[in-house]
Amino acid sequence: MSKITFILNGKTVSVEGNPGVRLLDVLRNEFKLTGIKEGCGEGECGACAVLLDHKIVNSCSVVLANVDGHEITTIEGLKETSRYQVIRDSFGHAGAVQCGFCTPGMVIATESLLYDNPTPTEEDIKIGMSGNLCRCTGYQSIIEAVKKASEDGDGLW
Amino acid sequence: MKTVNKSFPSVDGKGIMMGRVAFTDDYALQNSLIVKILRSPHPYAKIKNIDASKALALAGVECVLTHKDFPRIPFTRAGQGYPEPSPHDKFILDEFVRYIGDEVAVVAATSNDICEEALSLIDVEYEVMDPVLNFEEAIDSSHILHPEPEIHEMFPIGFEPLRNIAASYHMHIGDVELSLKESDVVIQQSFYTQAQQHTALEPHTVNAQMDYQDRLVLYSSTQTPFHVRRILSQTLGIPLSKIRVIKPRVGGGFGGKQALHGEMFVSYITYKTKKPSKIVFTRKEVFESSYTRHPMRLDIKLGADKDGTLKAIDCYVLSDTGAYGEHALTVFMVAGSKVLPLYNKVDSVRFHGHVVYTNHTPAGAFRGYGAIQGNYALESAVDMLCRKLHMDPIEFRQKNMMKENETSPIFAIMGEGTEGTAMNMESCKLDYCVKRGKELINWDSIYPHKNVSREKIRSVGMAIAMQGSGIPYIDMGSAIIKLNDDGFYNLLIGATDIGQGSDTILAQIAAEELMTSLDKVIVYSSDTDLTPFDTGAYASSTTFISGNAVLKAAKKMKGLLIEEASKVLKCNVTETDFDGFTFKNTVNDEIINLRDLSNRLTYNEDQKQLVADSSYVGHKSPPPFMAGFIEILIDRETGEIEIENYVSVVDCGTPLNPKLAQGQVEGGIVQGLGMALYENVIISSKGKNITSDFLNYKVPTRMEIKKLVTEFAESYESSGPFGAKSVGEIGIDTPPAALANAIENALGVRMTELPMTPEKIIRALKAKEKRQ
Repeated sequence: MSKITFILNGKTVSVEGNPGVRLLDVLRNEFKLTGIKEGCGEGECGACAVLLDHKIVNSCSVVLANVDGHEITTIEGLKETSRYQVIRDSFGHAGAVQCGFCTPGMVIATESLLYDNPTPTEEDIKIGMSGNLCRCTGYQSIIEAVKKASEDGDGLW
Repeated sequence: MKTVNKSFPSVDGKGIMMGRVAFTDDYALQNSLIVKILRSPHPYAKIKNIDASKALALAGVECVLTHKDFPRIPFTRAGQGYPEPSPHDKFILDEFVRYIGDEVAVVAATSNDICEEALSLIDVEYEVMDPVLNFEEAIDSSHILHPEPEIHEMFPIGFEPLRNIAASYHMHIGDVELSLKESDVVIQQSFYTQAQQHTALEPHTVNAQMDYQDRLVLYSSTQTPFHVRRILSQTLGIPLSKIRVIKPRVGGGFGGKQALHGEMFVSYITYKTKKPSKIVFTRKEVFESSYTRHPMRLDIKLGADKDGTLKAIDCYVLSDTGAYGEHALTVFMVAGSKVLPLYNKVDSVRFHGHVVYTNHTPAGAFRGYGAIQGNYALESAVDMLCRKLHMDPIEFRQKNMMKENETSPIFAIMGEGTEGTAMNMESCKLDYCVKRGKELINWDSIYPHKNVSREKIRSVGMAIAMQGSGIPYIDMGSAIIKLNDDGFYNLLIGATDIGQGSDTILAQIAAEELMTSLDKVIVYSSDTDLTPFDTGAYASSTTFISGNAVLKAAKKMKGLLIEEASKVLKCNVTETDFDGFTFKNTVNDEIINLRDLSNRLTYNEDQKQLVADSSYVGHKSPPPFMAGFIEILIDRETGEIEIENYVSVVDCGTPLNPKLAQGQVEGGIVQGLGMALYENVIISSKGKNITSDFLNYKVPTRMEIKKLVTEFAESYESSGPFGAKSVGEIGIDTPPAALANAIENALGVRMTELPMTPEKIIRALKAKEKRQ
């Protein structure tokens, strides 16, 4: 047992526990953050994506010990930002949400991509979003949504 | 039209996007027992003995269940209308295990880790038996999967378990042998389709709790909440009135959730222990132990005259249902019934075959439901025939395919497990779809191919498809609309939104008829206590079946409102105008608005609750149609394929929400391309699924497909709500055949086995060179 301290959605939090547990389980079970979904548990689908110091990571593949002293942003934290509003509206407009299970991870991936590259090309978007699987949309609408977010959010990233 | 045929964002999208409590596991109680399943390491074995004493002794283990704990009641997990066309050939737990991943025992414990440890402490003694792993050798094999005497069919489906046959079927129109003999040109080919996994992003998930009335409340990630309730009651002996099934948001289904997977176990455990419990399948379990698409071999013969008149279609299908016969007959029949009528002018048709048991993961429902397999075979064969006839494949189709106001005798003969329903195609814009798709893909400038470089060839291919809109006289949907004070409505529907957006389009239908705005219709769906019955989300039924129920209920509500308003306005109902917000006495121009009327009915005068309800069962199943066109770049050295463009032109009647309809089509196209290109459940020679994670089972990511173009034909189906037909499955049907046709147009080789991987393409090229 050890005490791990990190910044979660802008607030400093501490967790006493096994440092080897998955960040995914800590966020869902301890902090009741239901925006993080477990789609595969093996780092392949991106449904559990969060931002670790503003880099996208799959929280199923990160152990608690690794976040000590770092900053974690989940969809629940991101949704308070004006960037989120832009992403939300562009996803809604493009019809990029079907079942929605992959969507919080997709939104995190969009934020991560636009943070690094506010004006991505279509190829950049395809590469930037390639770590997140969606089985519903065929991706076309998601690519459109990211493109639109990049255009509408001009200056925010 | 104010609300329908408009692309409103889905009513639930915003909340889901920000991660609000929405999906099944989000509702699990924190103190739920964790349920896990011990699964068979053998493809076929008899359990001689199970010793769970060590597991039971472990602190935190609540119970261990084996086949001895359950009454021996055969049932089917398939979520279908009752009596089901699937044989009752499964026991909740059995002394036989029939595939690697089949259920042996079930553990409930206070934590995941304890559960895992308990599983490892269960000693099982197996008598390993010889499996049937080649579906072409299943019939009359000496290894019989289902010798048990209790299993049975619910009505005649050609069930012969002692021959490893789960179902069989035969139909013919005319004399197919004679027609083939009289044809100028005949082609014959066998096609193989593989097992595909649904890979909905949300794994199969269920949790249960006892409520304060001592009733079992289940949250289930299901496509069929009402079938789940019925099957649980029948198999566990819990009165139906004691079970409530709630379907929260579902993270994709595609047919994989048209069945019970963990529901029996958590229900039994919670009902017995009175403690909440939950199960979440691991991704490996989803791959190994849920469902796949039925692999098939389709032997097809076509006969035509020199002038390109198709005269005969003869098709024998052998389908592999795996260990249990779930959806066995119906998927098989759809491979014919929703494919063959495309060519309705033939003299004769024969469609027959068998669905066999093997020691594979059970096959089940999967978007397309047989039609994608049948379409691949027929639409590939049509191109082969055209090649032999030296005829343009588009001209051939235009000459022979279904047209508006025509019919096919197959509709009356083939239903899903039973006889079908005769119908005329009141809406069929297939001719437009073909013409428009040809323009959009730039067919004339590419067909059959263009050499781009020494290695690369650009080519095009196409296929046409049809599906259905629910199952006539079986699928029933219903709706209740309730008026509230302040003048807004609740729409209660049994229909099951699994991400396709049915909550949104059903609310749009109600809003359109009631002439109100979408935000005035509050949808609540899929709760067996609170919403009326619906068969569920399958068979492309919701827009058409549930949509018609909603429309009828909304019409009734409108009548009730006008009746009440006319009392207030002191005029006849025929003298009362209503625009959705205001009622007007057309004689004296006196008005009352809806808000005032509803407040008055709630609190002030002549108080009453206005409720309108309705149900709908289809009397036909108007098919959506589409033409799919693919443009590829193929490397003749490596066999690698790049998808440059996929054009879909779809006739689904009025698209009630064009954006959501486009999402259905494009999602289907990409899933179909996955099946055409590389998705493949691979079973080793020992019966083990060696593609049980996303590393080894590749699903499309956004890198592979360069462009999707989706358009809708102007079409109106008078039997559908506001002219709509369904659109959930049609998108998946054309990619395999369109791609196979494009490959032949590029390289002159015919791919007869899915998926069409680069290795197979190179092998086919080498074989062709050898022949030459």
